[in-house]
Amino acid sequence: MGWETWFIVTLSRTLAYGTPLLLATLGEIYTERSGVLNLGVEGMMIMGAYAAFSTAYTTGSPWLGIMVGALVGGAFSLIHAFASITLKANQVVSGLSLTMLGLGLSGVLGRGWEGRPLPVSIPEITVPGLSKIPFLGPMLFEGQNLIAYFSILLVVVMWYILYRTRIGIAVRAVGENPAAADSLGISVNKVRYLCTIVGGILAGLAGGYLSVAYRPAWTEGMTGGMGWIVIALTIFAFWNPAIGMLGAYLFAALYHLSFRLQPWVSPELLKAMPYAFAILVLIAISRGTLQKKMGAPAALTLPYSRSEE
Amino acid sequence: MKKPSLFRVERRPTLPGHVVVLVSILAIFAALVAAGIFFQAYGISAVRAYQLIVKGALGSRLGLAETVRRAIPLLLCGVGLTIAFRALFWNIGAEGQLLLGAVAAAGVALFSGLPDVLLLPAMFIAGFLAGALWGLIPAVLKARLGINDVITTLMMNYIALYLVEWLIHGPWRGPTMRGFAYTDKFPSAATLPTISWTRIHWPTLLLGLAVAVLAYVLITRTRAGFEIRVVGENPEAARFAGISAFKTTLFVMIISGGLAGLAGVGEAAGIHRMLLGPTSISMGYGYTAIIVAWLARRNPLAVIVTSLLFGVIMSGGDVIRVSLGLPFQVINLFNGLILFFLIGSELLMHYKISFSFRRR
Repeated sequence: MGWETWFIVTLSRTLAYGTPLLLATLGEIYTERSGVLNLGVEGMMIMGAYAAFSTAYTTGSPWLGIMVGALVGGAFSLIHAFASITLKANQVVSGLSLTMLGLGLSGVLGRGWEGRPLPVSIPEITVPGLSKIPFLGPMLFEGQNLIAYFSILLVVVMWYILYRTRIGIAVRAVGENPAAADSLGISVNKVRYLCTIVGGILAGLAGGYLSVAYRPAWTEGMTGGMGWIVIALTIFAFWNPAIGMLGAYLFAALYHLSFRLQPWVSPELLKAMPYAFAILVLIAISRGTLQKKMGAPAALTLPYSRSEE
Repeated sequence: MKKPSLFRVERRPTLPGHVVVLVSILAIFAALVAAGIFFQAYGISAVRAYQLIVKGALGSRLGLAETVRRAIPLLLCGVGLTIAFRALFWNIGAEGQLLLGAVAAAGVALFSGLPDVLLLPAMFIAGFLAGALWGLIPAVLKARLGINDVITTLMMNYIALYLVEWLIHGPWRGPTMRGFAYTDKFPSAATLPTISWTRIHWPTLLLGLAVAVLAYVLITRTRAGFEIRVVGENPEAARFAGISAFKTTLFVMIISGGLAGLAGVGEAAGIHRMLLGPTSISMGYGYTAIIVAWLARRNPLAVIVTSLLFGVIMSGGDVIRVSLGLPFQVINLFNGLILFFLIGSELLMHYKISFSFRRR
């Protein structure tokens, strides 16, 4: 294999593997921006993956499957929303239990679904015309599926909403200073519920992508810790959708290279990088002006109640 | 101006101990009923599942032994976590700290060349230190730079996991293991004795029980314990009283990480007698220990009871896995449900929830 082919294949696979990371990270960015830490990403993803696969298998429609996956992810996130927003329970504990519950539930429900190949998966498309561009064509416009392009579109939309619209201001205000947001007439809990559900839907979608598009099959625990990479990525992205996209592809490239560079670099080192990066980013932004500009939302993990109550 | 809501949540003063115990038992019972309903809906007889669990985990000598041996790492990790949680340090990293303990034990067992009598003591000391070191990194980051402890301890788990993977695939892969990703077997002087016909490595069990008592004394009877509680309950008051939050944070994480490290030594030297894949060494003990400590209401002595309870769930889970053909993940179903019902019960206990449909 010539180095050009090697390079093209690597980047093309990076795009494919980065898509679920990106989708779930975009969701978690919104959730955390509103002040809710949801450590249940892994659980929501695996529930999405199971729901998408079983629906696609029974109905024969992968698109219906992936939509059901997204819905189930959203519904599952409601448990965390209710516990952490309405009941003001500890978000860490609630999120961890969501992950355990998702892994357990999907493991038991998915018994008997393992090893069945999906007859119809989400098709890979070749964009006419664009795929003829040398180098970029086969890299970006061949062998990908619509969800990959949709996720990039979503980055633009979600970035725009977060930084350029009133909705985005409301989300950020609720995460930074809920009391002030409340006094401006923004319903803190409503915004947090919606952002948590957005996180759930996108995590479910990411799971669905894995089980009906990336590798059309169901295996117990198939998300394999991807949800925790998403938690790391959200920090790495400084809670910004655009940087989230760069991060998702960077981490996907590391993952993919851990196989391809095996003879030269130990794969474990490359696989551990995302987690080390997350810690390094936290150290880098822990001081001074960077903390205010790029740090975590100030009210992250803090439930809100009006003080006059 | 304020819109009426369906129900209001108000804080209630602290409750007497027996109410807490009663409500916790009810919460676990409710979670087990919920899991039973789920099994039933899925076409598995819940009665039979629970019969199998009780019979398998408690009904025979062997089952009971499996329950106890599962409880050992939960006990050590859980006691450590109660101390970290007392200081409001969210140590989610017992899993990684346990793995580091196992790594240190393997390093000493295989490469130290120490005389036989010193091997096991050296392994326990090294395991404690390695776990403590792994716990100290997030502690320093939080105490000096204010970095979120949940995230760092969580990330350190995965770094530890890949460290173990790297060791067993690379430099420490055993030449005698025919290409499998294990280290060599530990020399017999580096393995822990077990109660005959069981996998209960009793020295670690005794250590765990002693540690639970010592931790209880530390928290309730000593000045250091008092300082830990003040830092956790009222950081403002701690500062006025001249208690160093920095020192306290480091201290609780040395203990918490160190105890998880000891659990790792126990698993490596008592069960596997070598270093192998991280998910085989631990099977999520570090995460389950969070529920163990939470359920014990951060009381180290109560951990003795709660770790046994989760020992039952783990070994019972093993039994229904084999006889009902369920995946290993079924344990996570129990854990997740119990944790949610506990959160719910906590709120019922500490808050008065009054329903109101009237517009005020």
